[in-house]
Amino acid sequence: MKLLSVITALFLFFSLMADRRKTWNGIVKGMTMFLKLLPMLMLMLALVSIVLFLIPNETLVNYMGKGSGVKGWFTAAALGSIALIPGFIAYPLCGILIKSGVAYSIIVVFITTLMMTGFLTLPVEAKFFGWKVSLIRNLISLAAALFIGFIMGFFL
Amino acid sequence: MKKLKKYFAPIVFLILIGLSYLFDFAAGEKIGLNFWMFFKEMILFLPVMFILIGLFDVWVPRERIEKHIGKDSGWKGTGLVILLATLQAGPLYGAFPFAYILWKKGCSIRNVFIYLGAFATIKIPMITFEIGFLGLKFSLLRTLITLPVFILIGYFMEWYLKDKDFEVKQP
Repeated sequence: MKLLSVITALFLFFSLMADRRKTWNGIVKGMTMFLKLLPMLMLMLALVSIVLFLIPNETLVNYMGKGSGVKGWFTAAALGSIALIPGFIAYPLCGILIKSGVAYSIIVVFITTLMMTGFLTLPVEAKFFGWKVSLIRNLISLAAALFIGFIMGFFL
Repeated sequence: MKKLKKYFAPIVFLILIGLSYLFDFAAGEKIGLNFWMFFKEMILFLPVMFILIGLFDVWVPRERIEKHIGKDSGWKGTGLVILLATLQAGPLYGAFPFAYILWKKGCSIRNVFIYLGAFATIKIPMITFEIGFLGLKFSLLRTLITLPVFILIGYFMEWYLKDKDFEVKQP
């Protein structure tokens, strides 16, 4: 986040030095895209907030904890796939889960699906890639997450 | 009017949250807090990202992108998009607009999806966070296993979309 801001500020500075009009055009282009996406993003964040409220941490531990077996994998994949959740929320949560006895391979499935697949974010994704391709990307990523978790299970 | 219509659902949501606070409705307050946490992240981070995308659009010539990460760029191009992706931050929906601009400038389908994969799973700012919470060994292993997987996904998407007139659209 900080890095991105610094890089953008630097670019903006040099861009302004080089060509004011071009810079302005660029900013307008970027902001137009942003404003077009904003309502959709807000709606998605609203849905994610509701889902997160409905599923408290204790429930997660319950479903993915020791001896949860296939149910744990299934829960991790299903919950992880609901939305794209940023790392600053996902990691502290995973820290809690590990301490509560959730297996590493299940954590990997959870993290990977959290980051790569989001069915609530599909409408946003579909605006860029179309519904079919977005759906395929999400389903493949889901399968990939399970695979990655499976492999991780051999090491940790 | 059409613009306002798009905001209808978010506005209803915000009104409900507002009412929850007014009448001390605990569930609504909690949901509102969650929303605020996400919204803060988005509103701080996305405008910065979109300015970068806009500048990228007006300054970077298509030929250059095409040459380095286009159809015939090979492993070097793959390495380059992965590097580009890992230096960024934020949730995956922030990467979609960047994927669009890369595509517009001639990035190959394979590299667009490899970019998304790398962005989602192995961003460096996020990895440092991951190491803090889950340990270096976990992070390293996950990165090493995930890397070839999303490169494969990139190849698969390229193969699948080869003759399908696929394009990344501007929303």
